[in-house]
Amino acid sequence: MPTSPSDPAGPPRSAGRPRSPQPSAPTGPASSGPAGPVRSGGADPVDLAVVGAGPAGLAAAVTAARLGLRVTLLDAGDRPGGQFYRHPAPGLGAARPEALHHGWAEFAAREAALCEHAAAGRITYLPLHHVWTVVPAEAAEAAEARRGQAAPPTGWTLHAVAGHAPDERAAAVTARAVLVATGAYERQLPFPGWTLPGVVGAGGAQAMLKGGLVLPGKRVVVAGSGPLLLAVAGSLAAAGAAVPAVVEAAAYTAYAGRVPALLRNPGKLVEAAGYGGALARHHVRLLTRHAVTEAHGTDRIEAVTVARLDRDWRPLPGTARRIPCDALAVGHGLVPQLELATGLGCATRPGPDAAVALEVDALQRTSVPGIWSAGETGGIGGAQLALTEGELAAHSVAAALSPERAATDSGRRVERLARRRARLRAFADAMAAAHRPGDGWTGWLRDDAVVCRCEEVPAGRIREAAQDLGARDARTVKLLTRAGMGWCQGRMCGPAVAALAGQEPVADRRPFSCPVPLSHLAELPATDR
Amino acid sequence: MLKRHSLDAVIIGAGVVGAACAYYAARAGLSVAVVDSGPVAGGTTGAGEGNLLVSDKEAGPELDLALLSSRLWTELAAVLPREVEYEPKGGLVVAPDEATVKALRNFAEGQRAAGVDAVEVPANALHDLEPHLAPGLAGGFHYPQDAQVQPAQAAARLLAASGAEVHLGEEVTQVLLDRGAVRGVRTPRRELLAPAVVNAAGTWGGHIAELAGTSLPVLPRRGFVLVTEPLPRVVRHKVYAADYIADVASGSAALQSSAVVEGTPAGPVLIGATRERVGFDRSLSTQALRRLASQAAALFPVLAGVRVLRTYHGFRPYLPDHLPAIGPDPRRPGLLHACGHEGAGIGLAPATGLLIAAALTGAEPALPVHPFRPDRFGSGPGAADTPEEHP
Repeated sequence: MPTSPSDPAGPPRSAGRPRSPQPSAPTGPASSGPAGPVRSGGADPVDLAVVGAGPAGLAAAVTAARLGLRVTLLDAGDRPGGQFYRHPAPGLGAARPEALHHGWAEFAAREAALCEHAAAGRITYLPLHHVWTVVPAEAAEAAEARRGQAAPPTGWTLHAVAGHAPDERAAAVTARAVLVATGAYERQLPFPGWTLPGVVGAGGAQAMLKGGLVLPGKRVVVAGSGPLLLAVAGSLAAAGAAVPAVVEAAAYTAYAGRVPALLRNPGKLVEAAGYGGALARHHVRLLTRHAVTEAHGTDRIEAVTVARLDRDWRPLPGTARRIPCDALAVGHGLVPQLELATGLGCATRPGPDAAVALEVDALQRTSVPGIWSAGETGGIGGAQLALTEGELAAHSVAAALSPERAATDSGRRVERLARRRARLRAFADAMAAAHRPGDGWTGWLRDDAVVCRCEEVPAGRIREAAQDLGARDARTVKLLTRAGMGWCQGRMCGPAVAALAGQEPVADRRPFSCPVPLSHLAELPATDR
Repeated sequence: MLKRHSLDAVIIGAGVVGAACAYYAARAGLSVAVVDSGPVAGGTTGAGEGNLLVSDKEAGPELDLALLSSRLWTELAAVLPREVEYEPKGGLVVAPDEATVKALRNFAEGQRAAGVDAVEVPANALHDLEPHLAPGLAGGFHYPQDAQVQPAQAAARLLAASGAEVHLGEEVTQVLLDRGAVRGVRTPRRELLAPAVVNAAGTWGGHIAELAGTSLPVLPRRGFVLVTEPLPRVVRHKVYAADYIADVASGSAALQSSAVVEGTPAGPVLIGATRERVGFDRSLSTQALRRLASQAAALFPVLAGVRVLRTYHGFRPYLPDHLPAIGPDPRRPGLLHACGHEGAGIGLAPATGLLIAAALTGAEPALPVHPFRPDRFGSGPGAADTPEEHP
């Protein structure tokens, strides 16, 4: 049985409430400065800027601060924890947010450390800061002089959109080193009817539950592929929803070939047994090598068609049947969120789950000197791995920035972290390979099924672009059909479009990782390159 | 493997220029193959805005080419699928002060003599054409012949309509020669034999020339474009400030920028255009973004409050005198060039295709081709003459 980078279904082993459900008030210039663009002066860069306050970024920030670095932690969310340690807003009055999490103690300890470091001025914590690009921090002339030379830039500028629309501010931070811990987003493989109200992402359902204590429906089919499905089904059932089936496209026998990686991770097996027990308790049926091939309904989902798949995820004729439901939570694993890193030119590699991840060395360094990565950006692996990599990255950055301070006791800690990282990575890779989408999944995608929901582009037009018009990749399909040009910039349809174009997935390139007000661009400093 | 069937020409490049060459060559009765290392419109075509401009070209050979193209695009719009989004929206060039209005007047005078329709718009009438324009402009010129297409669709539909044999994802690794004359190309998958090879490789045209043992000094000139969130029609024409014309004509390597703002049928507003020669540098230039954004907001203050969803960049194929290379290369029999159109390739593609088809069939060209001769830059084997200026 697999385990998951997510929650147990059963009652939690609570570590008690965190010291405070909210981090200390940000101490950075964003909260204290005057209105208008806030810039932590180029003359005074911090040692390390961490992008993302999920498990990896949070662990990195507090470790780096403990090692004596001056850190700025930027996060798009309003509270630390990222997608994994998502918790209800204080206004909802959740008595025990930890009830929906395992590993809460690990989060609580780091959140407490963040509060302390922030209060002491060692960490500047900037929530609601969406970093849209990272560029070398130097004047255009210096960049010109460096052009064609191997010397890395001496620092980085991170540009962010801060605050809530419509009152966003432009913010910028300069740093000697950057850690990209931007996590991942859910992979969706479309099917006819997936745009009906009541169809939600599996991760989205989890987020609704964790963040708002809301159920997507009363009778929720959970479908797709990956260990998250079991956790989601367990959470939904525990919260009172009926879950008529968990529909998993992969066959769990795929794990059989990976026994060594499983056995080296006994904790994960215990976690998995927890899910199995919970599902049995709630009478949830697990259908492996099955997929939801269509969602039915007029104003809202009323039922799904479920079909058996062959080894390549091709639906088998004659196996379709209907399951009534009022919601569907569907997801096919996670995709690393890479655009900040690819914008900097960081090298990538195809992962065993067919998603592209960053190339990262044993010390969490990317191929670009001065840029580190930790957590899901280096390949989907869950919160435990992210915490480990975040801590490891902090040691690595500290050693690079001030080698004289890299103490020997730190060396032993680093060795231990590296061993744990290798063990967890092996496990994650085994799981990723088992849930890799089969090539036949596009078989359930009829020509009239919408693939790009932002621009309403059906599969037929994408097939026409690929087969008749000479598009050989997702980029050209986008140019010819607008698939991927809308608000989500292809995060939702990217894997599907690539598959229909017959292309192996390639790293996303999005020079802007979020929409940026034009006025912010107009006010960029003239000294940037 | 050897492919034995009689091709009349192999066209290297599946951008809009290669597609137009294939289209007009096929229409002239020739059998052609198109080969490209990437997909259709994978280079500069896919990074363009789809401008079909006469307004930014001073009287001279490029303007003649643009006017011919403008007529051809009108014909093509009638026969190609509507997905090419041909839109004769017209251009509006605005001037910040009286001196610039005067300069534009002289500029338009020369253009009119060449056949351009240019209508002076007094300051008080600018907002009838573009209600959201900034106040305080001194005047402008309206060019009804300026138009727009969706560039990737234009290339793909031209290529499909040509009926040419198409080999995408195949890089030309060798230009085959026989006693000094071109006789085809080799890719990792096949040999394509033909008595003529057309270099329509755009910004990569210099490399193809080298493979053929000659030279063409094509350099990349980078440009950024900003794309906003979908908006109701706030910009009706292709609107730009007068200094754009000077930027286009400049040969400087340094960053130049003047906003060219236009709406699209799908809703987003496109904001170009920067020009800088930095090689094939793909890194983001916040400097370029800053200039584009501030200049666009200066033209249309309403844009300051909108969101930019994305930005992209491309590399215009730049030749030192800003004119494309079109026609046979006398230094290498059998080799023809159709590249170096800088930022005007979409607009100039049909006329280029027509001239190439004429050269392939020995027909009379529709325009004097001397200004576009590929050997005008000197160097390379057997360079005939090296004039600094074209007549």
